[in-house]
Amino acid sequence: MSAPPRHGSLAWLAVPALLLFGAFGVVPLVGVLVLSFTSWDGLGDIHFTGLESWAAVLADPGLPHALWVTFLVMAVSWLVQTPASILLGVFLAGHQRYRAVLSVVYFVPLLLSSAAIAITYKALLDPNFGLGAGLGLEILAQDWLGEPALAFGVVIFVVSWQFIPFHSLIYQGGARQIPRSMYEAAELDGAGRIRKFFSITLPQLKYTIVTSSTLMVVGSLTFFDLIFVLTAGGPGDATRVLALDMYKRGFQANLMGPASVIAVILVLVGLALALLLRRLGGGTGSDSRLEGA
Amino acid sequence: MATRTPGRERPNWVAGAVSLAWLAIVVIPIYWIVITSFKTQSTYYATNPLTPPTEPNLDAYRLVIESDFVLYFANSLIVTAGAVIPAVTVSFMAAYAIVRGGNGRFLRSVNWLFLMGLAIPLQATVIPIYLIIIRLSLYDSLLALILPSIAFAIPLSVLILANFIRDVPKELFESMRLDGASEWGTLWRLAFPLTRPAVVTVTVYNALTIWNGFLLPLILTQSPDKRVLPLALWSFQGQYSINVPAVLASVVLTTLPILVLYVVGRRQLLSGLTAGFGK
Repeated sequence: MSAPPRHGSLAWLAVPALLLFGAFGVVPLVGVLVLSFTSWDGLGDIHFTGLESWAAVLADPGLPHALWVTFLVMAVSWLVQTPASILLGVFLAGHQRYRAVLSVVYFVPLLLSSAAIAITYKALLDPNFGLGAGLGLEILAQDWLGEPALAFGVVIFVVSWQFIPFHSLIYQGGARQIPRSMYEAAELDGAGRIRKFFSITLPQLKYTIVTSSTLMVVGSLTFFDLIFVLTAGGPGDATRVLALDMYKRGFQANLMGPASVIAVILVLVGLALALLLRRLGGGTGSDSRLEGA
Repeated sequence: MATRTPGRERPNWVAGAVSLAWLAIVVIPIYWIVITSFKTQSTYYATNPLTPPTEPNLDAYRLVIESDFVLYFANSLIVTAGAVIPAVTVSFMAAYAIVRGGNGRFLRSVNWLFLMGLAIPLQATVIPIYLIIIRLSLYDSLLALILPSIAFAIPLSVLILANFIRDVPKELFESMRLDGASEWGTLWRLAFPLTRPAVVTVTVYNALTIWNGFLLPLILTQSPDKRVLPLALWSFQGQYSINVPAVLASVVLTTLPILVLYVVGRRQLLSGLTAGFGK
């Protein structure tokens, strides 16, 4: 920092952003904690009920289930997306012309809304009129959204379809910053492609992996739109993640108190994960700027 | 493709296979959306889903446009522009203050607050937002969507813009100061033009997020004339669930404006996102 002599006079520039983020970011964050100690049906008066909502939610077997589904979606979608995004990103980092052309097509899923994607897959996977039936392929003509295990698989697939482009973009940027000289030195030592990938590319992408994983993991807590439109949490509650659980308790069952409890849990899980990932990434290199280093 | 010229490597079969597989996974659904939207309801149920219609038909599009599509489109446009322009403006001012005066205690806490905002799933705050919007008598209005959308966009925008303002050479700021320019003037006449790629990136990224947003419209609006496109898409799907071509035509129409932007500003968007996150 060049220490200009007018520090004081700059602060006001941050005030509009601070006010807006305060009113619709910080206040609601505190508000959700307060509301978790109340009972409110979304229309009438709000009553303080102490720990009643917490007791109700913590005793409800729906909570561990929603936590488990959220965790599964997070872990499995990370396991599917990360290797694929790294491979695609490193591949697209090459400057060949055909790779530039491919990347134009690869990133199209980034543009579609979750609602549009979910609606499309719902029709595409219809066992009677979708892709499987049309092609006469038994294996594709299953009741994809009617069987718990299949519906979970569909959610993971569609999530990956939507977000792998974004993450390969991040890895493409990371891979392009690896100095060529490192590869040239390794080539002189006779290192093959696989060797170079594991001893140069992957270690050099460390901070990119932390950034991408943080976005992926915290982002997976908010897969609301997609799951809401695709399965509405079903069949049964097979894909009822925390965010969906919050919405259903709050805006469908009109129990804003318990829904706020779920929201607080969601915030705590998000914070814990972000801190954990930051620790795992070795903290504060200037490379992990997203983490606020 | 890489060939066996001396010193070059063998073709990378793994990468080739993965990239082709991914190409198919991306292209098949999109191809299917487009061709199906030109079928009629009856040909949809009678033909192979991957065969293009022999007689392309615009009935599906006609039905979508007659279902108030233009109104929903206008709503989406108002909400997106109404949120993105203020969000990027205030974020830029804040990012400038944080980079140029970041040693002060106030600005350090502001920076910390926005960084915290990145780690928190903001969707978890929708219940109090709903309450605030009701108390402000804004429920079921477009402004109800605009205000929280601005707030949600601020943390990431400040972070990316600050990263880029930090890269502006300090000597330039110094010479502006020696010329007697105010901080306000320096912000708009030096920092803003020099970080234009970042501003464009942040604008496009936020526009995409807000244009495609679903949860806020779902809980903060109610009447059909306040619907934005993703919500309209969803209710349209509920209404015409058996008319798959019409549902897919509505998917095409809601994505079309974004697709046009993508084709025009692709290089800027992709390189900006790479630089913004890949650092």
